[in-house]
Amino acid sequence: MSYTPSEIMTIEAARRLENGTVCFVGIGLPSAAANLARLTHAPDVVLIYESGTIGAKPDVLPLSIGDGELAEHADTVVSVPEIFRYWLQGGRVDVGFLGAAQVDRFGNINTTVIGGDYAKPRVRLPGAGGAPEIASNAKETWIIIKQTKRSFVSRLDFLTSVGHLDGGDSRAKSGARGAGPTAVITDMGVLAPDPVTRELTLVAIHPGITVEEARANTGWDLKVASPLATTAAPTAQELATLRELQEKTAKAHGTSAVSE
Amino acid sequence: MPLADAVSRFVKDGQTVAMEGFTHLIPFAAGHEVVRQARRDLMLVRMTPDIIYDQLIGMGCARGLVFSWGGNPGVGSIHRFRDAIQNEWPRPLAIQEHSHADMAGRYQAGASGLPFSVLRGYVGSDLPKHNDNIRAISCPFTGEKLAATPAINPDVAVIHAQRADRKGNVLLTGIVGIQKEAVLAARSAIVTVEEVVDDLEAPMNACFIPHWVLSAVCEVPGGAHPSYAHGYYGRDNAFCKAWDAISRERDTFLEWMKKHVLGTKTHAEFMRSAGLSVPATMR
Repeated sequence: MSYTPSEIMTIEAARRLENGTVCFVGIGLPSAAANLARLTHAPDVVLIYESGTIGAKPDVLPLSIGDGELAEHADTVVSVPEIFRYWLQGGRVDVGFLGAAQVDRFGNINTTVIGGDYAKPRVRLPGAGGAPEIASNAKETWIIIKQTKRSFVSRLDFLTSVGHLDGGDSRAKSGARGAGPTAVITDMGVLAPDPVTRELTLVAIHPGITVEEARANTGWDLKVASPLATTAAPTAQELATLRELQEKTAKAHGTSAVSE
Repeated sequence: MPLADAVSRFVKDGQTVAMEGFTHLIPFAAGHEVVRQARRDLMLVRMTPDIIYDQLIGMGCARGLVFSWGGNPGVGSIHRFRDAIQNEWPRPLAIQEHSHADMAGRYQAGASGLPFSVLRGYVGSDLPKHNDNIRAISCPFTGEKLAATPAINPDVAVIHAQRADRKGNVLLTGIVGIQKEAVLAARSAIVTVEEVVDDLEAPMNACFIPHWVLSAVCEVPGGAHPSYAHGYYGRDNAFCKAWDAISRERDTFLEWMKKHVLGTKTHAEFMRSAGLSVPATMR
């Protein structure tokens, strides 16, 4: 069964989410992967959105972080201060699942500005949202992002949310809690931090993608694990479930819910 | 009270104004009324500035913006906000940028009568380098370093809710966001509601705001359009997408605002003029 790079990215991310995990979910790609996990192997995964919905079980993917769909089928809906103070800062979140505009070799994230300087940027992005505290309070963080030279940069234009900071033990010394980014899932493969330097290393590659292609789409000299694993191709059931979810979503919103 | 009277009485030039809502119950009708009455030099506060703040900024109502995420949810960027920051059009916009957790804490501090909020935040982030309101503090008990930011106490908070009773008590249901904190942090508060009922039938633990902390309650059906009001109508996703094209260029933006917002007197008139209606259902 043929599949797109986006599909294997979402499916590979979903596979990693274990049943019962408490996952603080960003909108877009993380939300698609987390809900695919819930609809396949992890029916009891607990999805938390920053709009205050705990145990969200949306029938279709939310277009925005505060869709009524999320509230309608949640275990409970709490206020925004409560979701951040009690549930995130209180240490109840296993996995913070984030998207990004730019990521660097230590898994630090930019969602603020591209180019120019902060006061006069070339492109003004939406900003931080909940990510700075998700990245520094969840027990670990995953990032899902399409791998290109524009998104995988040697130097961020702005550090919005912390990853492994300058590598080594710099995150641990910074006061950030949790393990930081443990996986970066892309449309080419999966990266994980080196145990000592904390530099993101290509540890798995999707079928049909070459190491050369992954390197050509990375803005730094990408390190590759040896041996390098190959991601399992999506199963018919995974693809069918993802496509059904996206079709239902498109029908409900009159648009694609998997925003980039 | 008619919405126009409430805005006229309680929203003044130069004030700090928070029109809150977390993609649900956004006070669009009230925002339009602020545009109609041509308020100027406002310091706007909002966790998630979206289309209505794009309109206020593009119409030159704001001197500054305090925020944590600015965009058109599910669609993309807000172009008037970007144009103001990138090109200072129609005027420079001073921004104070935070994270959600911090903004929520700042409102809580404001509502709690405290001077500042404290959080485990911004570790490693560049944001504190560009925002003098984000500072470090040591815990007096453990010495641990934490982030501190000043309380937000807006001159006026403006929110939209589903229902009020005849006394002016207000009930919010669904995603309640930061609205209660924004109202309790503010010196005055305007609430627009979908309907006024005889009995709120508020559950015991509901998000209930008593009339005696509010300055004005105005019945404005559809007042959250194109955002949604849980139990009343869904989000108008088609309009949110259309806004991207309307607002991309200055000329088309101004033409649309003049015709439909400045050229009308009430929210109902605005909706007719712009050819809009609230989507019938929550699924």
